[in-house]
Amino acid sequence: MTKIIFYLFALILVFAASRVITVRNPVHAALFLVLAFFSSAAVWLLLHAEFLAIALVLVYVGAVMVLFLFVVMMLDINIARTREGFTRYLPVGSFVGVLILVEMVLVVGAWKTDESATLSTVTAPNTESLGNLLYTVYLYPFEIAAAILLVAMVAAIALTMRTKRQTKAQRPEQQVRVRREDRVRLVNMPAEPRD
Amino acid sequence: MQNIYLTIVLAPLIGAIVAGLFKVSRRVAHSVTITGVAISCLLSFYAFKHLIIDGGATFNETLYTWMVIGDVRFEVGFLVDNLTVIMMSVVSFVSLMVHVYTIGYMHDDPGYQRFFSYISLFTFSMLMLVMSNNFLQLFFGWEAVGLVSYLLIGFWYTRDTAIYANLKAFLVNRVGDFGFLLGIALVLMYFNSLNYAEVFGLAEEQAETVIQIIPGVDWSLMSVMCILLFIGAMGKSAQVPLHVWLPDSMEGPTPISALIHAATMVTAGIFMVARMSPLFELSETALSFILIIGSITALFMGFLGLVQNDIKRVVAYSTLSQLGYMTVALGASAYSAGIFHLFTHAFFKALLFLGAGSVIIAMHHEQDMRNMGGLRKYMPITYITGLIGSLALIGFPGFAGFYSKDAIIMAVGHAERFGSGFAYFALVLGVFITALYSFRMFFLVFHGKERMDHHTQEHLHETPAVVTVPLMLLAIPSILAGAIFVGPMLYQGLFDGAIFVHHEHNPFHADHYHGVVGFTLHGLMGLPFFLAMAGVATAYFLYMVRTDIPAKIQAKFAWLHQILIDKYGFDRFNEWFFAGGARKLGSTFWSVGDVKIIDDGMVNGSARVVAWYASIMRHLQTGYLYHYAFAMIIGLAVLLGVFVLSGTA
Amino acid sequence: MLVLSDFLILGAVLFCLSIAGIFLNRKNVIILLMCIELMLLSVNMNFIAFSYFNADITGQIFVFFILTVAAAESAIGLAILVVLFRNKNTINVEDIDSMKG
Repeated sequence: MTKIIFYLFALILVFAASRVITVRNPVHAALFLVLAFFSSAAVWLLLHAEFLAIALVLVYVGAVMVLFLFVVMMLDINIARTREGFTRYLPVGSFVGVLILVEMVLVVGAWKTDESATLSTVTAPNTESLGNLLYTVYLYPFEIAAAILLVAMVAAIALTMRTKRQTKAQRPEQQVRVRREDRVRLVNMPAEPRD
Repeated sequence: MQNIYLTIVLAPLIGAIVAGLFKVSRRVAHSVTITGVAISCLLSFYAFKHLIIDGGATFNETLYTWMVIGDVRFEVGFLVDNLTVIMMSVVSFVSLMVHVYTIGYMHDDPGYQRFFSYISLFTFSMLMLVMSNNFLQLFFGWEAVGLVSYLLIGFWYTRDTAIYANLKAFLVNRVGDFGFLLGIALVLMYFNSLNYAEVFGLAEEQAETVIQIIPGVDWSLMSVMCILLFIGAMGKSAQVPLHVWLPDSMEGPTPISALIHAATMVTAGIFMVARMSPLFELSETALSFILIIGSITALFMGFLGLVQNDIKRVVAYSTLSQLGYMTVALGASAYSAGIFHLFTHAFFKALLFLGAGSVIIAMHHEQDMRNMGGLRKYMPITYITGLIGSLALIGFPGFAGFYSKDAIIMAVGHAERFGSGFAYFALVLGVFITALYSFRMFFLVFHGKERMDHHTQEHLHETPAVVTVPLMLLAIPSILAGAIFVGPMLYQGLFDGAIFVHHEHNPFHADHYHGVVGFTLHGLMGLPFFLAMAGVATAYFLYMVRTDIPAKIQAKFAWLHQILIDKYGFDRFNEWFFAGGARKLGSTFWSVGDVKIIDDGMVNGSARVVAWYASIMRHLQTGYLYHYAFAMIIGLAVLLGVFVLSGTA
Repeated sequence: MLVLSDFLILGAVLFCLSIAGIFLNRKNVIILLMCIELMLLSVNMNFIAFSYFNADITGQIFVFFILTVAAAESAIGLAILVVLFRNKNTINVEDIDSMKG
């Protein structure tokens, strides 16, 4: 049963991923990416990673992909131009992809694993054990992750915000530096002829 | 005694500082320096009395430790024994005479204060040199006298010849000092000490040590060390072939020619070798080397005196020749005879130089003897003192030079060392030559026709008292010093403890000595005396009776004359080989090493390589994002491929 | 019964698809960013698979942090993209060559 479910979602995942890289419209690509995330969340559920599966859906589908869609729609992109050379690079792209795939499969195939103990034998709920570990052993990395997110937020805002000057204030350093030529213009005027 | 010795050294230094660094008047300058040197001189005489007459104890103490590196201590200290105290007395006495004389000689010179400062500084340096109890201080004094000599030869620094001469003196002395420094380094390396007493105490143990400078060739440590030290002495004491600077040093004012380049500094080498006698005695090779160098100097430099017309140069060559005599004495293990000759020579050579200076003053700075003559009746004091000096120089019985020179010749006659036969021949012939050129000068200057121009002749008169009094004071020891000291110095062991001689090397044994009179009478029958008389007679014949003959000889032996005028070509060779060679070497290093390798190769070359490399590498930087991405992905593929193919597959 | 290799191969396929995507969509920065997200997803897949089959929850902690960093990365990446578009009026990678040596 799990095997059927796995292959079903794996197929959907592979299909969605391949559509992501082939569709013309970036909006469609983003939507297929959403599909890919959903199906991989399902696969993760099979692996007893409930918390991460939910987090993936919430964070990626809910936040990141919305951000992507937002940007795609906000920017006025010339789709035709960005698709130039797609077919030209198809062979080399597929070749490199297949090459790496073959190599990876070779590596994985050579893998000898002991599959006696799996996470399914652990009884504690996934979220609870994850939280236990995260707030004890990995407390400091967790804090750093929070800081990274904060910094990323600040950076994103700082990058994209258009600064418009809205305050009125004096600039003493410029006032001090002012030179005569900046303010005074000497105009040569001929004297009016006396009648 | 320590305070006395310290005062002896420091009094001239204070004088030099006051005269040199403060703007003082001429009067203050000469008063303060003369006072300083006079204090030195009187205290030296006191020390002389204390050690030699009263038989006081030798002083050997370290006063100040400059620094300590590991076990090696660099110190300032005094070793005052009979040898030192004689040197101190000679140095300070001659220096005092020269100081007084300078008042007259430098009367009109604008550099009056500077001159007094320099000669006082010289006195300080020389005293440091002779009183030192370790090699470091010896080297300090050695270099300091070299420096002052340099400054004084170039005293008239606006003259090109003076600048050339002082540069030459400095460079030639560097060659000697290089050897000297290497010698000191060897001493430090093998004895791990710089103190005389410690080194001499250990010397015997190292007598058989051999070292390999060129791999595979064993050399005796003592021979190498002593020859290196002697090379230093060769530079300072102007032995062939490092003698070339001394004749040129006559560019300096006459008083310093007398003080530095005749009486004291040039004898530093002799003194040093005598001081190091415990080392030198261990090396037969080094002593033979010294013997041969000395005899070459004594004979061949004497020949040069025959053809010189400059009055100072004649005296200069005679100095060279006499230094050769002293060196020969050292080489024959007759250190005490060398020091004895140094002692007497200091007086009569200073006398001769100052006499020559007196003549030069009277002649209004004319130095060519061909323009002199008949000065006897104008300058009676200079004439008499000059005669005394010349007689002392040629070794006329009874005068100072007679005893010391005879002792040397006798010692060489007894020596059984390699080269002693040649040395004996050279010295005996040298006696004749010495007499010939000395009296040639004497007759040309004081007798015969008056060849000067009318104007000079009108103004000829005896020089003032500040000039003549030192002459007279120097004349006294020139006569007496020999007769008084011949016994104590040579036979009665005045230098026991200061100079070390192997018993079988020692040419002077007390049982051969029959008093001064006996020594004098014995000398009267010796070959040297007759040769000296023959020299005087020849000079009289050639320059008083048949004045046409010298020109004929000169014409007949033009080639010989030319060789002598060229001074055997040493100068030309040095200029061609060393100066020219060094310049060529320098320009080669400049054009190849500096311009081509360093500038073009390393500096510009590295820049060019970077630019060339960058011009290639910049093509990789296309600026396109996907090129970088491809590079990463291809790298990943390759790495994976290697991983799959090599290890686990 | 599912084995580890199934998940690993699924991850590998995802990874290679995203590499191919980078090659194919070399001009569209947005798709490139999406491909990077896919790539991270495949890595996460591997981590979770290992975590499951090694019975070690630490692997999931890693995924957690990767998700965090990936979120931050895409946020900043998109921000840069917006700024870029604002300045150059294009997101075509070929127009962006100011890093050219």
